[in-house]
Amino acid sequence: MPPDIVLRTYNLGKRYKNRWAVKALSLEVQRGEVFGFLGPNGAGKSTTIRMLLSLVSPSDGHVELFGKELHSNRCAVLSRVGGLVERADFYQYLSARRNLEIISSLKGGLSRTAIERVLELVGLLQRADEKVKTYSHGMKQRLGIAQALLGEPELIILDEPTTGLDPQGIKEVRELIKGLSTERSMTTFLSSHLLSEIEQTATSMGIINMGELVIQGKVKELLDSGESTVKIVASPIMKAQELVRQQKFVKGLAVSNGVLEVNMPLGDVGTLNTLLVQAGIDVSSLVPRRSLEDYFLSITEGVTDIR
Amino acid sequence: MSMFSILKHELIKTYFKWRTYIGFIAIAVLVPVVQTALKLEGGSVVKRMIRGLDQDFMLVGNFFNGYFVTQLIMNSLWVHVPFLISLVAGDQLAGEATGGTLRLLLIRPASRSKILFAKYITTLFYACTLVSFLALVSLGLGLALFGSGPLIVPSKTFTIIPASELIWRMSLAFGLASFCMWCVASLAFLFSSLVENAIGPIIGTMTVIIIFLIISSIPIDLFKDLRPYFFTSYLNVWQKALEDPIPWETIQSHLAIIGAHCIGFYSITWYIFVKKDILS
Repeated sequence: MPPDIVLRTYNLGKRYKNRWAVKALSLEVQRGEVFGFLGPNGAGKSTTIRMLLSLVSPSDGHVELFGKELHSNRCAVLSRVGGLVERADFYQYLSARRNLEIISSLKGGLSRTAIERVLELVGLLQRADEKVKTYSHGMKQRLGIAQALLGEPELIILDEPTTGLDPQGIKEVRELIKGLSTERSMTTFLSSHLLSEIEQTATSMGIINMGELVIQGKVKELLDSGESTVKIVASPIMKAQELVRQQKFVKGLAVSNGVLEVNMPLGDVGTLNTLLVQAGIDVSSLVPRRSLEDYFLSITEGVTDIR
Repeated sequence: MSMFSILKHELIKTYFKWRTYIGFIAIAVLVPVVQTALKLEGGSVVKRMIRGLDQDFMLVGNFFNGYFVTQLIMNSLWVHVPFLISLVAGDQLAGEATGGTLRLLLIRPASRSKILFAKYITTLFYACTLVSFLALVSLGLGLALFGSGPLIVPSKTFTIIPASELIWRMSLAFGLASFCMWCVASLAFLFSSLVENAIGPIIGTMTVIIIFLIISSIPIDLFKDLRPYFFTSYLNVWQKALEDPIPWETIQSHLAIIGAHCIGFYSITWYIFVKKDILS
């Protein structure tokens, strides 16, 4: 394995009775990148993360972390990994500091300074000695990230870390994750069911649906590659339709309820807009939608929380 | 990973929890209530017990004393104390699963076996502290309220143990009782590894104990044959410390059987726990 690959799965699968929750999942995460693991609810993201953190045994395939097989080198490799699986659950009757001390004892014991450093990083140092039950959901989530960062791991695995946070909390967590990658060269494996979140945070991504990996690559390349469907509301529509049809880069054209739906490369959207305006056509709306976005929306049909 | 450090934090988790003190509070309330009631009754229990005996023998001394009431209270070791122990023992793994904290622990570079062992030792320690607390309250309050004196032990024959021997014999009885409660704790701990709610292990443990006790008490030959296979048949080993002479061989064999049950229950728990998929 090349040294810059920190996480790799080979045909990873988990079967519950007759149902495969995850099937033949092979993915790679390179050192220093933020890898977005995207999929709708129930796609198999959490099961995969549980296998990556040895909470669940794979039914098939295996996981390699830092070039070592996870099952046979569990303690050695997990000492270099931090994780947050689903909700940030803690001992509610203990303080945040005590919770982190408990976790620290399982990592071989960390200094008081190391614990305070992560609490400061997530903005909880001032309330470190208060019981976790007095914390808001957002604070618990931040404490969840703090525990994942204990001991300065090389790889952190976060399962939907912004779930339930308000917009400001989401922004803070995203900035924190980006900062960990850029300032500390930490590798992050981040799962989400929100494409926008992955787009804003991750450098690479993989999409999982019904337990199978659909696509994997660099975020920018995946989102900008290929064609898009551009929805145009213009007047007069007949003139606009004629002009659009004449363009060589247009691959398809349809009119639906007075809206032009143009199949074309994303890079030519600006040119088309200029041409329409120069022709004296009143363009009241021009909305490009990438094919990957369309695809993701189609597989998350029924999930309304798409921002 | 230092085992001592993991154990220290398991003890902190257990002893900082409100649930842990339910047993202590129950004992702190019930023992004084029972002892006050006995005091108000004025020793009629002893009088009933030695009725007829005092016609043939001249019984001298205070038989209605602190040791006697402690011996009566120790009968709570059959059902009541096991219930209080299963409250905490049954919560050790299932409670963490319910709270979602099990996954917080098991994604760390400490082996599951080590974490499980620390939890088991904590459970046994709790059983010891609860039985020690029972000893302290019942003996302390008993001696203060009723004074000292020889202990009359009703069994097939009457045994009277002089007061001078009773401190070490009572200590031995409570020590043996602690060991018996380890067996109950181990069973609740096993049930705790099977479910993800803390009520299940309590119900499971109490169901097993009560069924075994009922079957053991029914005088049918088939049930009599089954009795040696029930661990509850050996939970009376603490009573042996109050027999005269002390049947050391019986105590040894009882302890060996209880110890084997503890190891057996723990081994099954370990097998389940290290193989278990954590889905909570």
